[in-house]
Amino acid sequence: MGLKQNLHNFREKNKDKKWLPAFSAIHTFLFLPNETTHNGTHIKAADDLKRTMNTVIMAMVPCLIFGMFNAGYQHHLAFGEIQQATGGFFSAEFWTLDNFSVGFWKVIPLVVVSYVVGLAIEILFAIKNSHEVEEGYLVTGMLVPLIVPIDTPLWMLAVAVAFGVVIGKEVFGGTGMNILNPALTIRAFLFFAYPTWMSGDKVWVHGAVEQDQLIAAGENVDAISGETILGSLAQNKGAGYEIMDMFYGLIPGSVGETSTLLILLGGLFLIFAKIGSWRIMLSSVIGALVMGLIFNGVVAQDWITESSKFYGLMSTDFWQHLLIGGFAFGTVFMATDPVTASQTAKGKWIYGFLVGFISIMIRVFNPAYPEGVMLAILLMNVFAPTIDHYVVQGNVKKRMKRVKAKVA
Amino acid sequence: MGKDSKLILDPLADNNPITIQVLGICSALAITAELEASIVMSISVLFVLGIGNVVISLMRNIIPSKIRIIVQLIVVATLVIIVDLVLKAFAYELSKTLSVFVGLIITNCIIMGRFEAFALGNGPWRSFLDGIGNALGYGVILIIVGFFRELLGSGTLLGFPVLGDPIEKTGLYAIGYENNGFMLLSPMALIVVGIIIWIQRSRNKALIED
Repeated sequence: MGLKQNLHNFREKNKDKKWLPAFSAIHTFLFLPNETTHNGTHIKAADDLKRTMNTVIMAMVPCLIFGMFNAGYQHHLAFGEIQQATGGFFSAEFWTLDNFSVGFWKVIPLVVVSYVVGLAIEILFAIKNSHEVEEGYLVTGMLVPLIVPIDTPLWMLAVAVAFGVVIGKEVFGGTGMNILNPALTIRAFLFFAYPTWMSGDKVWVHGAVEQDQLIAAGENVDAISGETILGSLAQNKGAGYEIMDMFYGLIPGSVGETSTLLILLGGLFLIFAKIGSWRIMLSSVIGALVMGLIFNGVVAQDWITESSKFYGLMSTDFWQHLLIGGFAFGTVFMATDPVTASQTAKGKWIYGFLVGFISIMIRVFNPAYPEGVMLAILLMNVFAPTIDHYVVQGNVKKRMKRVKAKVA
Repeated sequence: MGKDSKLILDPLADNNPITIQVLGICSALAITAELEASIVMSISVLFVLGIGNVVISLMRNIIPSKIRIIVQLIVVATLVIIVDLVLKAFAYELSKTLSVFVGLIITNCIIMGRFEAFALGNGPWRSFLDGIGNALGYGVILIIVGFFRELLGSGTLLGFPVLGDPIEKTGLYAIGYENNGFMLLSPMALIVVGIIIWIQRSRNKALIED
C-alpha cells in the first residue's frame, strides 16, 4: 500500500464531505485519478487538461529563470554595482549567482502570492458549487508573475488576482467558460487601478521606487531610472539598447517578457507539442509587421514631423516592434489561450492578425501607455466568438450553395 | 395598507429598478464616483418621480392617449428644470459635478417607465407611493455604489479622508495602501452593480431568469 492507495482510500472514505474538491485537486495534481469509466465508447488520449497546462508551464520556465537573472542584473546595473555584461547573453558576467539571488527573492514571492490567492479562490468556488477544481489556474498563476513589474507590491497583486479570477473567470462559470484571458484581466486591473506601479520609469528595476522615496524624504542618493525601451521611444528619446540585447532580453521590463529568444523557444516548444496554435502566432506576427510597415511608410513619406509625439515609435523599424515590449510574450503565451482565442482555423488567422495589428497601433498612438499587447488581446478576446460565428456561417453558406447546385 | 406598503418596499429589493429591471443604468455609472453626488442625484430623482407620478395620475383621465408621451415629457422636463435651478442656486459646485446628468433625468427610463406603467392607471396616493418607492430603490443602489467607489477610489467619504492622508502617508497609507484608480472609472461602476446583482440573485433564487 503506497501513498497513492492511501490517498485514494482517504478520498473514498470522505466522499460526501464538503471540502473534498480541495483534497482531490491536490490528489489529481500529484497522481492520475484511478477512476475508470465502464460503458460507452472511449477515445484514450493522454493530453488531458493537466497535461496541456503542464506543457505550457514548461514552456514558460526558461522565461521565469531568465527573468530572475535579469531582475538581479538590471538592479545591480542601475545601482552601478556591476559593469554592463560585454558578452551579452552568453557572458558569465550575466549569469552570476549574485544576480540570480536578488531576482529569486523578488520573483518567488510574486509566484507564491499569485498561486495561493488564485487557487484559494478556485477551491472556494469549487466547494461552493460542488464541482472539481479545474486545472486552469495553473497556467494563469504562472503567467501573472511574468507580466508584472518586479517591484509590484504583493498586496496589490493579491487584490488583482482575486478580482481577475472572480470577475474574469468564475462569474462566467470557471475554466473553459471565460471570455477574457484571466491573466490579462489581472494585469489590466493592476494597470487601471494602480497606474503608478505599472508604468513609468521607476517600476521596472528593483529598488528604483525605494530610491525615489528616499530622495523625496531628503536623503542624498542618486535617482535610478530604468525606463523600458517603449517608454523612452514614446518620448522620442531613441531606444538606447543594442538590437542583440533586445533579442536576448537584457533590458528592463516585466519579469518574464524581455527575452525574445527564450519566448521564441517556448513558442516552438508549444507548437511542436501541438498545444499552442501556430496560426495565431504567425498571423499575429504578420499583423504587427504590416502595421509597423504602414507606420514606417508614413514616416518615409514625411507625413509627420520629427517633433510629433508619435515620431519615436512610428519611425522604429517595423521588425524591431517584435523584439521590444511584451509583444512576443503576449503573442506566444496569451493570444494562443485556447479558451479565449478563436476556435476555427480561418478565425484564428483573422484573430491573430488583428491582435498583432491592433497591438502596434495602440503602442504607437497611446503614449500614456506604450504597450498595447494587453489591450489588443483583451479586445480580440471579446470579438473571438463573433469571428468564429461568421466563419462558421460562411462555411454553412458555401455548403448550402453546393447542395443547391447538386439538386438543380 | 398592506398593499400600499408593498408599493414602497417592493422596489427596494425584489423589484429594484436598477438591479432587477436594469433601468436607469447610465446615471448609475456616470455620477457614482462620489457619494455626495449619488445622494443628491437620488434626492433629485425622488423629487421628480414622486411629484411627477402624482401629477400624471391626476391628469390620467384627461390626457388623450395619442399624445400621452409628450405630456409626460413636459411634466418631467418642468420638474427637472426646477431641480436644476435649485441645485445651481444652492449647490453650484455639485451641480457642476453632476453637469448634464441632472438634465438627463428626463431620459431616465425609470421615470417614464413608472409614468407609463403605474401613474396612468392608478390614483394619486398610490402613484405617489410607487414613485417614492422606485426612487428609493434607485437611490439605495446609487448610494451603495457611490459608497464603495468613493471609499476605495479616493479613500474619502463625503469628502472626509476616512482612510488617512495619501500625501502625508497617515492612517492606512502609512503601511503602503494605495487608492484604487480603477474604482473612479465608469467600468468599475458597472462591475460593482453587477456584483450587487450577483449577491441579490444568489440570495433569492426566485429572481434568476432563465
